[in-house]
Amino acid sequence: MAVCIAVIAKENYPLYIRSVPSQSELKFHYTVHTSLDVVEEKISAVGKAMADQRELYLGLLYPTEDYKVYGYVTNSKVKFVIVVDSSNTSLRDNEIRSMFRKLHNSFTDVMCNPFYNPGDPIQSKAFDSMVSGMMVQAC
Amino acid sequence: MESLEEKPIIYTMENKPIVTCAGDQALFTALYSSLAQQLPREPMEWRRSYGRAPKMIHLEANFVQFKEELLPKEGNKALLTFPFLHIYWTDCCDTETYKASVKEDMLRWQSTLRHHGSADWLIVVVESDGKKKNKTNILPRTSIMDKIRNDFCNKQSDRCVSLSDPLKESSRSQESWNSFLTKLRTLLLMSFTKNLGRFEDDMRTLREKRTEPGWSFCDYFMVQEELAFVFEMLQQFEDALVQYDELDALFTQYVLNFGAGDGANWLSSFCQPVKSWSGLVLRRPIDMEKRELIQRGEASLLDLRSYLFSRQCTLLIFLNRPWEVTQRALELLHNCVQELRLLEVSVVQGALDCWVFLSCLEVLHRIEGCCERAQLETNSSHTVGLWTYATEKLKCLGYLCGLVSENGPNSEDLNRTVDLLAGLGTERPETANSLQSPYKKLKEALSSVETFEKHYLELSHAAMEMYSAIGRLRSARLVGKSLAEFYMRKGDPQSAENFLQDSLKSYVAEGWSLPVTHTRKQIAECQKRLQKTEDYLQTSALLASDANLTDEERKHFCQEILTFANQTTGSQGRNVGLSMTAFAQLRELQFLPPAALVHVGATLQLELRLWSLMPVPVRLEHLAASVHFNLEQPGSRGTAAAQRRPGQGQGTAEGTVQFSTISPSGAAPLGAPPPALELYEIQDRSPSDNSLNSAGVVCKNVHLLLRRHDSAASLDTPNASTSAIAMEDGAQMLKTNDVTLLPGNNSILFTAPTQKPGTYTLRQLCATVGRVQFVLPHIYPIVQYDVYSQEPQLSIEPLTDNLLAGLPQKVKFTIVTGHYTVKKGDALQLSNTDSMPILHTSSCSARILSSTGELVGESALSIQSSEKVTSISLPLTPPYHTLEFQLDVLCHIPSALGRAENERLTNGEVRHRTKSRSRGNSKMASIDQKVSIDCPWSIYSTLISLTFYIPFKAKHSLLSAGKRKYIQVCLHNVSDTNFRLASQTLTERQQTPSLQLHALNAKTHQLVYSKQWVFCLWEVRWITEPPPCLQCVFSASFAPVDSPDSALKPYSYDFQVERISTLYSLKAEIRPAAGEQHCRTGALCGLEVSITRLTEPSDAEREDEEFTENEGLRTTRLMYEVVDNNSNWAVCGKSSGVVSMPVAAMATHKVQMEIMPLFAGNLPFPSIKVFKYLPHSATPAIQPDTDSCLENDNLSLLDKGLEDQADTASLRSRGSVHSLGSNEQQQQQQRGLPMPRLEPFSPGQVFNCSQGRQVLVLPGTDDHILEVNVT
Repeated sequence: MAVCIAVIAKENYPLYIRSVPSQSELKFHYTVHTSLDVVEEKISAVGKAMADQRELYLGLLYPTEDYKVYGYVTNSKVKFVIVVDSSNTSLRDNEIRSMFRKLHNSFTDVMCNPFYNPGDPIQSKAFDSMVSGMMVQAC
Repeated sequence: MESLEEKPIIYTMENKPIVTCAGDQALFTALYSSLAQQLPREPMEWRRSYGRAPKMIHLEANFVQFKEELLPKEGNKALLTFPFLHIYWTDCCDTETYKASVKEDMLRWQSTLRHHGSADWLIVVVESDGKKKNKTNILPRTSIMDKIRNDFCNKQSDRCVSLSDPLKESSRSQESWNSFLTKLRTLLLMSFTKNLGRFEDDMRTLREKRTEPGWSFCDYFMVQEELAFVFEMLQQFEDALVQYDELDALFTQYVLNFGAGDGANWLSSFCQPVKSWSGLVLRRPIDMEKRELIQRGEASLLDLRSYLFSRQCTLLIFLNRPWEVTQRALELLHNCVQELRLLEVSVVQGALDCWVFLSCLEVLHRIEGCCERAQLETNSSHTVGLWTYATEKLKCLGYLCGLVSENGPNSEDLNRTVDLLAGLGTERPETANSLQSPYKKLKEALSSVETFEKHYLELSHAAMEMYSAIGRLRSARLVGKSLAEFYMRKGDPQSAENFLQDSLKSYVAEGWSLPVTHTRKQIAECQKRLQKTEDYLQTSALLASDANLTDEERKHFCQEILTFANQTTGSQGRNVGLSMTAFAQLRELQFLPPAALVHVGATLQLELRLWSLMPVPVRLEHLAASVHFNLEQPGSRGTAAAQRRPGQGQGTAEGTVQFSTISPSGAAPLGAPPPALELYEIQDRSPSDNSLNSAGVVCKNVHLLLRRHDSAASLDTPNASTSAIAMEDGAQMLKTNDVTLLPGNNSILFTAPTQKPGTYTLRQLCATVGRVQFVLPHIYPIVQYDVYSQEPQLSIEPLTDNLLAGLPQKVKFTIVTGHYTVKKGDALQLSNTDSMPILHTSSCSARILSSTGELVGESALSIQSSEKVTSISLPLTPPYHTLEFQLDVLCHIPSALGRAENERLTNGEVRHRTKSRSRGNSKMASIDQKVSIDCPWSIYSTLISLTFYIPFKAKHSLLSAGKRKYIQVCLHNVSDTNFRLASQTLTERQQTPSLQLHALNAKTHQLVYSKQWVFCLWEVRWITEPPPCLQCVFSASFAPVDSPDSALKPYSYDFQVERISTLYSLKAEIRPAAGEQHCRTGALCGLEVSITRLTEPSDAEREDEEFTENEGLRTTRLMYEVVDNNSNWAVCGKSSGVVSMPVAAMATHKVQMEIMPLFAGNLPFPSIKVFKYLPHSATPAIQPDTDSCLENDNLSLLDKGLEDQADTASLRSRGSVHSLGSNEQQQQQQRGLPMPRLEPFSPGQVFNCSQGRQVLVLPGTDDHILEVNVT
């Protein structure tokens, strides 16, 4: 399962970022931030090539020795980034996709909340617990 | 065959499928070159099994002499050495030779083939004409072919072909070549299909056995690679790559399974400790050393992976997909590291880093070797990952080997380096001579601190440049940051700072608080080392307020600032100015009083809410706000200040300004919602008369709202620019000393200076802690307060809605003292007027109010009146207070308004003016009364106008009853007050003894309610003769209903009555037609009008009337007229006429006429009117003013135009019953004649006895019309 899940606003500031407590949170912040480069590259490439095609999943953004970083972008250009441990080889592309779908659904719920101000950091408990469910249960 | 297997074969592109040649070698040698040249010329379609797509391939072959050793033994799976086709060449053309030797040779060849199970053979018979000529006993060529076919190809006749005259350039020979080549290709492909199919089947079988205990991956690897080789040989690189990918996947799966606890035996050989880490070798198509290791089952995991990747790389480059190589390389390197971890292979620390580093560089070199420079640059997104990875690894190695430190490596580090270098082995021969190779680079880098730095910087910069070039700025910054860390380790903070600042900028711009904090900490460290005190303190302030840090850390940074602040100022002891944003936030500012508008010298307090971001309480020596003072503009005081209210933009409570909170670390400024609109009302008033020219709404923060949101620029948003902070030297300051700011909210009170009138704007806020000043360079939104100075003002206002004339009314005097202090002896001097006396009562007191409306004191007023002046001495009042008192004033009602006009100017200043003002339904006459007041603060008199309304309207009328006369006065209360009326009297102005006014009013006291009327009646009695003119005065007393008698005030009304006595009496009589009892509709009746002169004309009347002396009898001419406005009657014949009346008492004139009632019922008599009929010579006539007449008049005027001006005065028939014809006749007839005129009698001169009489009219006997009125 994921070791870090981040939701990043259209303007590239984090709306939500959570990582497994066992590892340095800072490192994930750097990783996710850097991955935005590739996200932007992919978005602009998609925008040029197939404007009407609605593939939100961006696939593997970049691998590092320890982690694999996957990206997903909503139609409103909110980005989801999931970082997975490289040693976790059992995860298939489809599972990553379904994680993103779940994340997107939950994010949509957050946005539907009339008390949520779009652009604010996400503090929803439901979202948080959903994310926890997708993360490695560190013990 | 043994020799072939042992001999190491360097498989190159020159590998071709083997075709053996038996038979006539000399013949073949002659044909070889053209055969080898022509075979690949045309592609053949290769149809393949297992649904694989057919392919067009160009076939080539390696023709070798047939030897039995070439044929594979049973069980040998080698495919590369496998002869796919065997050809027997012969040019035998005579039967003898054939039978003698060739056949035998062929049989031997065939049996050998059959022995080895090979069915792929071909017999070529070459025919040439030259041979035939020489030998005469030859058989026809077909017979040889047939013989061979008969002998060998019993079923496959296509395995024998003839090639005729192959060395000749003829069409026949060409044709024969083509068919031969086609045959050859077909057979080759058939052989491929068959043999490869068989091989694949075998391979698959072998793969299925992988679960069996003895199965070895290495063996299988060799088998499948054989297939790949063949595909490569056939130039089917795609297929060859598939073979390697399958092997790769299979191996990966095994490793994963091992990780999952399902280990295969053979895998253990891969788990041996890594002894060599020499990196990938991609320069050779096949790395035979590694291959042999694999073949021997001695390969380590890295060996296998390296070999596999080198093969894949070779094939990918053949396929011209270099970018896939880089991508796969990165994956491979990551994967290998993971797999070694998974398999728990023991590796020397740093060995993997070496391997990865070398491999990265090797791949990059390989790619560089096969690509153009421009192509490389445009595709750096593919290579940059490898560059970065190599950089990272080199950095790791550097740290590991003690190369990144100020002191250089120690002995332990050196030992480690030696171990690592040992694992590299010797450099490979192919790169040994080149100047640069990954091997050399690594060795050099690890050899000394300097060379390491050189290589590391080179790599880092290359990676950063590439990232920047492809727009991956974030990645570039991350590399930069890592470089900065390196510099810091090297003790070169100078170089590190720029990289850190760049990174910080991008994190701040995008609002990533954790990286911001981390980078900032590094910067702090860097600045501290660089001794950039000011910057360091600023960064410390930011860190001290950073919630991402622990309390300990925050306290540490806070302490850093405080320690600096408390240092005794040395030689270079200048103060340090820092931005306040990191230190404390201005949250709210509140004015007291909230209006933020005070007069000069008043107290205005300012409450500041500061949110301290420091983790510990900080004692401030001063907290000061500099104030910009704007001198008050003359003329714009008061009103202007009131419009500019601070805090409107934030929509908060009055007098409170709230400041938007910006996160101190600068996190999320981009994502923050745009600031709220700050709208202000503007009014543009003309300077001359203060009239409104325009009004509008202006947005004050347009510059913030319409700012361009540029993502590129946003990354370069400057950090809180410390250099720009400078304290303004404002003349005015709000200052408090010794404030301790606790963490969190603090409230600080200032007293604002208010010495001069004008606008004060708060500009900066500055907190001083020892040598450190925290400055808030701009206070936004703008905070202002206004101080005004005011001239004293006096105003007089009625207490009620309207002031009523004639009654004592209360008015309120209000003095706004402004800057003036009311001293002892100051008094208001009011000029007295007769029309408006000031009624002063003894108990008159003044109230003193402060500027906020609080009652300060109350004191009695002393009022002295002299003849001309009323003096009101004022109590002592401080400036900017309000003095209020009330006075009673009375405005006399002018008795006759007409006469009063422009007449009563008492002291030259007061005058009355009647105005008609519409108030509700009734109109109230009003009087404007001006009061002239001398104020102690001014040398000029103040003129104040008060408007009084007259509560009554009076009307009079003269009523007659025969000769008796009555005067009726109607009094209309037009005010809103109910009044009591008392002692109404009517008196003559000049008493006439013979005249008596006899009151007929029952009550002396009467109530007149608002908007109601009261009528009073008097009979006029006289003894001898009534006066021609009677001047009367109606007077009454009135007071509001509930007030006592003492409050009664007089009201008088002057009027004049003329021509009192009755001259004529009119009497009308209607008689039914003869023999009838009653009048009937439609039947003519007689109307008799008798006009009786009642009195001799009096002297006065004589002047009015025109008399004619006729035969001694004085007569006067009257015109009578019968008019029925209600159309009840039809007058038949003349309705009007002129009669001569003798001027004598009781002279009567009767006029008979016929009228016809038009309706039944009690019909009122038609009205009869009498006019004086004056000849034209008389004085200008009064226009006859009956309404109906006027209408006619206009009509006729229009008809005749301006023909004759006299016509307008002509006698006209009036009344509706007259036919127009007669009217016109009359007019025609009178044209050109001098026109007489008509003059009406005054009311009371003619008394109509039959006024209001009615006569009964019965309906006509035969009614054709029945009229029904439904109402």
